[in-house]
Amino acid sequence: MKKVFVDVTAEFSREGSLLPRSFIWENGVKYEIDRVYECCKAASLKVGGQGLRYRCRVRGKEVYLFFEEGRWFMEGKK
Amino acid sequence: MEKVILHCDLNSFYASVECLYNPAIRDKPVAVCGRADLRHGIVLTKNQIAKQYGVITGEAIWQARKKCPQLIIVNPNYPLYLRFAQEAREVYARYTDQIEAFGIDECWLDVTGSTGLFGSGEKMAQEIRERMKKELGVTVSVGVSYNKTFAKLGSDLKKPDAVTIISRENYQQIVWPLPVGELLYVGRSTKRKLENLAITTIGKLAASSPAYLKRILGKWGEVLWTFANGFDETPVSKAGFENAIKGIGNSMTTPRDLQSLQDAKILIYALSDSVAQRLRKHHLKGRTVQIYIRDNTLFSLERQAKLANATYASGPIAEKALTIFQDNYDWQKPIRSLGVRVTDLVTADSCIQLSFFDGQARQLKLEALERSMDEIRRRFGHYAVQRGVLLTDTPLNANPVEENVIHPVSFFR
Repeated sequence: MKKVFVDVTAEFSREGSLLPRSFIWENGVKYEIDRVYECCKAASLKVGGQGLRYRCRVRGKEVYLFFEEGRWFMEGKK
Repeated sequence: MEKVILHCDLNSFYASVECLYNPAIRDKPVAVCGRADLRHGIVLTKNQIAKQYGVITGEAIWQARKKCPQLIIVNPNYPLYLRFAQEAREVYARYTDQIEAFGIDECWLDVTGSTGLFGSGEKMAQEIRERMKKELGVTVSVGVSYNKTFAKLGSDLKKPDAVTIISRENYQQIVWPLPVGELLYVGRSTKRKLENLAITTIGKLAASSPAYLKRILGKWGEVLWTFANGFDETPVSKAGFENAIKGIGNSMTTPRDLQSLQDAKILIYALSDSVAQRLRKHHLKGRTVQIYIRDNTLFSLERQAKLANATYASGPIAEKALTIFQDNYDWQKPIRSLGVRVTDLVTADSCIQLSFFDGQARQLKLEALERSMDEIRRRFGHYAVQRGVLLTDTPLNANPVEENVIHPVSFFR
């Protein structure tokens, strides 16, 4: 597994919360985030990192998107 | 009401953070070491696997490599560790506001007042342990007890990722059989003195008479006796790891040995500069200057002297430090590291005794000058303005303020 940093479009709400809307994967494809189920602090033991973890639904699949120190990353397959 | 104190110790802290960020080295022996090229090459922390090879904190890299040739050496990343220490504190802060840091990776928590909300000390300890693992990806061992000393002992008993409870019911079985050196503040020399008297375990220390211990160890004898019996009532003070209340100091192991008075002078000025800068930042002045010298055979000595007036200007501090140095060091051997510390602190605006004769006006001017230097450095960086003497040797002219390492501070304050 590898740490993949991604470009993210996100929204700040009036209340100050931060919600990711879409991201661009390393192959250049843009993926819309259909839904954010949950957001909590967590570590990624798989690729090494720690920050806010968003559990999201993307094209019917569940993925984690991490926000760490101003950058977004995901857990890549290899 | 009986106090409930937790002591949380982040296991192999630096190494755990490094292993979290680099999964490839997670199952290998890892040691975080100071940089060898700057001659800081000692083991700062090692992970559990390296520990099994007998690698110990404080030994030189080559010694560790001898025990474990495949040891992976990682340079420290202090900003990252500070971030994790802060995150850990945020976890603790969900349970209490009474948190006392002891170094970067240990904290005492007084959760007496939170038991109504969150349940027993053990329950909170287990929650903290789980949260730390999930949210930070590092493990913590927690000691739960009714005083700080036993809580700290508890966190050392089972690790990593464990909770140990020491209560009034079980402390005699758990604490008393332990070797006396495990007790907080029983260092190498106290341990030797006690062992010479056949006081080898904490239980034997507890059973000794306090008057006897006082005769042998001075007032510390009584203090250790109260620790051993669980009578320690020191409160958990709200203190961050950035607080240094009793004194402010900097020391540095230099890239090369110091050979001459000129070398020592450069370093003393660089260190005094940073000490003075930190005094000003914390709005404090100090009256006593201490220096610390360690030669290249690792023999060390400490000396101190008083200033005429409390100050936060680097000039008088450096001059005093240099005088102490010249009075006490005979250059039998080159020097490996030097430290300057200012203690006897007062707040900067406290009243001072004025004098008709010596240059009070000069001191005020000097202090104003140095405050202006702070401002210049804040805007343009540390090296924007500096003393002439520091320009004669660049490698010795480090920036100790930014490279300052945080060490545990005193238990009593």
